[in-house]
Amino acid sequence: MKAKQGELKVMTGNSAAAYGAMLCRPDVVASYPITPQTEVVEQLSRFHADGVLTAEMIEVEGENSAMNAVAAATLAGGRAFTATSSWGLVYMYDAVLQAAGFRAPVVMANVNRETPGILAVSSGQQDMIQTRDAGWIQVVVENSQEILDTIIMAFRLAEDYDIQLPVMVNYDGFYISYLAEGVRIPAREDVDQFLSVLKTQPQRTIMDPTRPIGAGSHGLMTEFMELRYKHCAAMDRAKKKFDEIDKDYGDFFGRSYGGQIEEYRTEDADFVILTSGSAVGTSRTVVDAKRAEGVKVGLIKLRMFRPFPQEKLIKAIKGKKAVGVIDRSVNFGWNCGPLYSELRALTPEIGNIPMLSFIDGLASIDITKPHIERVIDDIANAAKGKPYQAVTWIPLEERD
Amino acid sequence: MAVKKFSSKYEAAWSDADQLLLCLDTGTWRTKRPVVDKEKCTYCGLCAIYCPPQCMITRKDFFEPNLSFCKGCGICAKECPRAAIVMLPEGDFTS
Amino acid sequence: MKEIRFHGRGGQGAVLAARMLAISCVAEGKCVASFPMYGFERRGAPVVAFTRFDDKPIMEKTQIYNPDCLVVIDPGLLKLPTLFTGLNPNGILILNSSKIFDKQPNENLKLAGVVNATQIAVEEVGRDVPNTCLLGAFAAVTGWVGLKSVMASVGEYFSGDVLKKNLRCVERGYNEVKVTKWQ
Repeated sequence: MKAKQGELKVMTGNSAAAYGAMLCRPDVVASYPITPQTEVVEQLSRFHADGVLTAEMIEVEGENSAMNAVAAATLAGGRAFTATSSWGLVYMYDAVLQAAGFRAPVVMANVNRETPGILAVSSGQQDMIQTRDAGWIQVVVENSQEILDTIIMAFRLAEDYDIQLPVMVNYDGFYISYLAEGVRIPAREDVDQFLSVLKTQPQRTIMDPTRPIGAGSHGLMTEFMELRYKHCAAMDRAKKKFDEIDKDYGDFFGRSYGGQIEEYRTEDADFVILTSGSAVGTSRTVVDAKRAEGVKVGLIKLRMFRPFPQEKLIKAIKGKKAVGVIDRSVNFGWNCGPLYSELRALTPEIGNIPMLSFIDGLASIDITKPHIERVIDDIANAAKGKPYQAVTWIPLEERD
Repeated sequence: MAVKKFSSKYEAAWSDADQLLLCLDTGTWRTKRPVVDKEKCTYCGLCAIYCPPQCMITRKDFFEPNLSFCKGCGICAKECPRAAIVMLPEGDFTS
Repeated sequence: MKEIRFHGRGGQGAVLAARMLAISCVAEGKCVASFPMYGFERRGAPVVAFTRFDDKPIMEKTQIYNPDCLVVIDPGLLKLPTLFTGLNPNGILILNSSKIFDKQPNENLKLAGVVNATQIAVEEVGRDVPNTCLLGAFAAVTGWVGLKSVMASVGEYFSGDVLKKNLRCVERGYNEVKVTKWQ
């Protein structure tokens, strides 16, 4: 049985996030506006005013309250959604950590924007990177349709009995949040059906007055370690689960995205680029152009960032002559891109091939086709054994 | 690593405020500009006092806006007791 | 694929115009991608909006550097030094202005459609909201999208009396735009 095709509507990434959340019938929504996410809150409010969304809309005075509210709602057995960006994500940080430790299956849309330290109302992935150790599942998407679909999949993943972890769906501010594209809106009944499998699973532990539990107890020594262990194990299980959910989604709705990663023209590639978010879209067109010139380059789209898709990446990159990573953020302590430094940890399994870090797209700087052409040329040279620069800050070199 | 030339001398997002506090080309934000009728102007100075970015320049017996910074808010025209200032579309001044 | 770049100021409806064009294209079965780039989000600040359309899904997420068509909503923006940079040969310009060109402003610009959208908007709607009129002019000059589709897209954002007035703007833009061609 297949889902209906769904109405086609031109909408922005933010609007798609609101639609995705609305279709999943959350019980509680608590969200505070911040550029470039504000439209998500506005659209959800519009849905609520029109009676399309019957959630309890909690008007919070800040993001910290928003996360506390939604995490608590899920611990009471409800479904909850929120959205934020950069400064808002920072403001809710302690609650973000609590949500993960409490195993609260919140779904949050995070619209990637540069974090405090240098005031910027512009896109960058530093907020996602800075939150990588919070214990959340994190995915990154490429366009408006994928936002809508991935949010539905996120609820399915977060609330799964084997997982019970909060999920953050990241998308680039400005370049995707404000990007209007044609988006298919799944029918409500079909989303209900897709999520209905959760009802067949055992009831997860929730706060129920008829069956009282203590939640948020102190963790002591080995008991503490045991809980961390279980958290890490659940995160590890999320990899395979995400792939399965993506496949189910594809079988039912007709759209799937590859799960943890998507490989584009990598099978016979000599070398590959690894990147995430909007840069993937542009990279596809440059890879096609280079392929037409006879350059055997491939592209890997990183979708799941936490947990890090080690096995998939090893399989995709092992045997290639070089790999370059385009990061839209920085890893301060390693003076390179963060996704790059995480990939480097897999060197023993991948093999000692040239790995190049490219930092681009900070502060809404456009990652253009010429930038990606340069990336491909640099990796190609490294693949041929020529000397190469380990870390390149593309816009700064271009300016000079 | 490779980056050797920098556009700022500072290590962080600091700026030198002792010369000009205005480091943005706010004059390009204008859609209307104030035009002062020198005959009507009595040099009372109310426009200069009310101007939010303080960009009214004194010209001995009349005032005129510093067009590098004037954002075209129109407060000067509204406050002028002699109606000596009119706001005209910026497009009229472009060829 | 066609790439169209809109230049306006915050409050003139550049972003909305780019979005309405995207909706018109989707109504005609095309794939689209449209987004704005602002500096400071305030009235009067320069705004650029990008719309791409094609028969297949659009992958690139960059700004538009080689437009096939420029839509300039504020005539003051003609003095932007980078306005025509990267304009494709056989480039088209749709301009809100009371004056037509006496000479070709750029060698790649082969077609210019000029209409006093401000005046038309003030006459029909009572305010300087030139965007819908320019969309009508766009449809007439480029022929890339039909007048009916443009009018339907406007209907997604307005209703009642305001819609009727804006639809008149679209039609007047379509009918009253003055076209200049260069070799």
